[in-house]
Amino acid sequence: MIMEIRPIFASLRKHRIPAILIVLEIALACAVLCNAVFMISQRVADIHLPNAIDEQGIVAVRLDGTDDKLAGSDIPRNLAALRGIAGVQSVAVTSTLPLSHNNWGWSFGLKPDSVVTDQTNTNVSLLFISEGGDKALGLQLLQGRFFNSDEYANSAFGSAPLPETHVVVVTRNLAEKLWPGQPAVGKTLYSMPHYYTVVGVIADVLRPYVSSQSSRNYYTTYYPLSAGGSKGYLSRYILRGAPQDRDRILHEAEQKLGQLNPAAVAKGQTYSDIRTQFFADMSSMAWMLVLVCVVMLAVTAFGIVGLTSFWVSQRRRQIGVRRAVGATRGHIMQYFQTENFLLSTAGVVIGMGLAYGINLYLMQHYEMSRMPWYYLPGGAIGLWLIGQVAVLGPALRAAAVPPVVATRAA
Amino acid sequence: MFGYYLDLAIRSLKRNKVLTALMVIAIAVGIGASMTTLTVMHLLSGDPVPTRSGTLFYPQVDPSPLPDPEHIHKPWDVMDYRSATDLWNAHRADRQALVASSALRLTAPEVNQPPLMAQMLSTTSDFFPMFDVPFQFGGSWQPQDDQRRARVAVISSDLNIKLFAGANSVGRTLRLKDSDVRIVGVLAPWRPSPQFYDVRGGRFSNGNTSGFYSKPEDVFVPFSSSLEINAGGIQWFTCWSSPDPNVKIEDSPCLWVALWVQLDSAAKVDDYRHFIADYAAQQKSLGRITRADNTMLCSLMQWLDFNQVVPSDVRLQTWLAFAFLLICLFNTVGLLLAKFLRRTGEIGVRRALGATRGAVLEQCLVEAGLIGLLGGVGGWLLTLLGLALIRRQPVEYADLLHLDTAMFLLTFALAIAASLLAGMVPAWRASRVALGLQLKTL
Repeated sequence: MIMEIRPIFASLRKHRIPAILIVLEIALACAVLCNAVFMISQRVADIHLPNAIDEQGIVAVRLDGTDDKLAGSDIPRNLAALRGIAGVQSVAVTSTLPLSHNNWGWSFGLKPDSVVTDQTNTNVSLLFISEGGDKALGLQLLQGRFFNSDEYANSAFGSAPLPETHVVVVTRNLAEKLWPGQPAVGKTLYSMPHYYTVVGVIADVLRPYVSSQSSRNYYTTYYPLSAGGSKGYLSRYILRGAPQDRDRILHEAEQKLGQLNPAAVAKGQTYSDIRTQFFADMSSMAWMLVLVCVVMLAVTAFGIVGLTSFWVSQRRRQIGVRRAVGATRGHIMQYFQTENFLLSTAGVVIGMGLAYGINLYLMQHYEMSRMPWYYLPGGAIGLWLIGQVAVLGPALRAAAVPPVVATRAA
Repeated sequence: MFGYYLDLAIRSLKRNKVLTALMVIAIAVGIGASMTTLTVMHLLSGDPVPTRSGTLFYPQVDPSPLPDPEHIHKPWDVMDYRSATDLWNAHRADRQALVASSALRLTAPEVNQPPLMAQMLSTTSDFFPMFDVPFQFGGSWQPQDDQRRARVAVISSDLNIKLFAGANSVGRTLRLKDSDVRIVGVLAPWRPSPQFYDVRGGRFSNGNTSGFYSKPEDVFVPFSSSLEINAGGIQWFTCWSSPDPNVKIEDSPCLWVALWVQLDSAAKVDDYRHFIADYAAQQKSLGRITRADNTMLCSLMQWLDFNQVVPSDVRLQTWLAFAFLLICLFNTVGLLLAKFLRRTGEIGVRRALGATRGAVLEQCLVEAGLIGLLGGVGGWLLTLLGLALIRRQPVEYADLLHLDTAMFLLTFALAIAASLLAGMVPAWRASRVALGLQLKTL
């Protein structure tokens, strides 16, 4: 092998422009490939963010335009009617759902004198549910308890934008962030004059609005709320059933709510549709990136095929001479493969530097995190392989040149 | 000579069809990807009111009573009711419109259709002439309707089609929540991109700004009337302290009203700048606000820039597409080099018969340009395909996407320019072929 490298360098020096072209093409492809694959992996991670509710079984029907003053009697009547639908296991009503875009944020502190404007507060999403909401959503209790009937019945909105209750259930992620290493049950969130004591911790439920790669996507808090004191905030009915019944339940629930509330507008969706819709942007971006990567690698490979074929045809006589003085087909193959390996190596070294630089730029100007180091060698190996695959055809053709060529005039 | 070179180029391209196809495809794919993203960029970053965007301005004062000694906050994106209506009532601009939006239940009592949730824009009569909003039937309400709290409405073309099958519905009645309003105007299809008068909060959106490209509201109602119809449905932008639900929204410590003004000359813009500064100073002396020097007067395009209306995903895709085009170009450079240098014998003969280096260069560039033209046709088809794919995505701006004449021409200009650029190095190398050496090997 070592013997082979020197003549390769000598011949590359004679073909400077094509050699530089291959190196640049590989460098650029490597840089774009690393960053594109990293972006794809981020998008895919976002799309698959776990969400500890029964995503497959939930149907949500939004009822807009009802009369807030009648909520105390309307909501129990609506819930009773929905419970009558065949296949429905549990029913509740909530203010908003994870990934529904409809976010109600508030910031709480941990000290008894905290007020909403304190800079050190933590901003969380507030979700209100009626009795039975834990079962209808399929929330998974990890510590403590869920709300009891009295807590549901006594919670109401007064004149303040926070409910008049003193209990809250938080996600495990939020509990660990606020009280690291301590049991969260019994701790209190303050936004004076309101305060809420944690009675239970649930598995991580996403917020109504999440953003890419954010550490705060699970800052979700649940509060009990009575129908009579809901001031119109309880407008999303949740029905839970078997996944295969979803579409029928959705249709019947829309009809029932529409009949019972002729003045209002009922519109339903399965929860899996809500989730798909939320991530639609991201998944189309991910697919576009995949497409770009595939086509880009194909273009790079064809470029290498084209240039190497040209070299081979230019050096037919040389190859013939080498074969005539004893080089085997293997030697000829090896020559072109080694040459390609050298060019690819130069390309990926530049490419890795470029990839790192692009990542730094994207971190500054876009919502992008640092690329883990292993993407660089990963991209390098990818392009090495593509280079070798691309050079295989031309190298085989070179190896097939018979020694007799050497004896003919060029 | 050009015709002759063209003929030579066609012959040369026919000789090695695989190589030609590779080059054409590489250029077509690169052009297709970059023109698709560039078209999206072009449509999303355009001027929503091309006729008069230079005269439209967005005044802002900072009504927050909380002190900000280090001046770190720009004014909030919208104003409270008091500040906005004070500025509006002063009538110091050529035209002025208040803007706030809300959702409500809408029915047409004379039409047998289920109720629907509609978006309502609360505004004032200048809105329509100021933004060049086209009418299909009827027209705007009058300034006195704003004062009288008249129960009138203008509806969108879409809503008119949905409720009245596109017929002239002027004079008919709509029920908005519990109030009846009379339709005075029906808009012709109107789809500004972005929906600029509702743009706000871009700096808090992490680049997820595709919501700025949604459709205009379904129904437009005088500002004063809308507060009687649907005050509870109005969404505020933010509040500097907790609002008391028993207090009317007009008196709440919340920001929810935007003001747009039309100022027809530079002198008037300066005057208006002073006017809002004076207003803020006066309000500070009254003790209502604390940050008198925190005022802004952006032009429409400045306001869109400030909000970074083009979604960051779209900008990222454009960068990516151009990196991709660059790779395709390198590839074409390599293939053209192979192609031209394979013909050194032929070139040597031409040179020996008296062709200058310039003539050889020209011949090679004509061939490169022809490849660019073919690539441009492919790129145009791929751009149409790319746009069709994005139109099927559930994004707000999907229905806006089309290839306009400027972008169609740019496709071919870019393809030919790119291929000439790619042909430059190979053509130069080919024209430098050493004469004697080549003739000897023939």
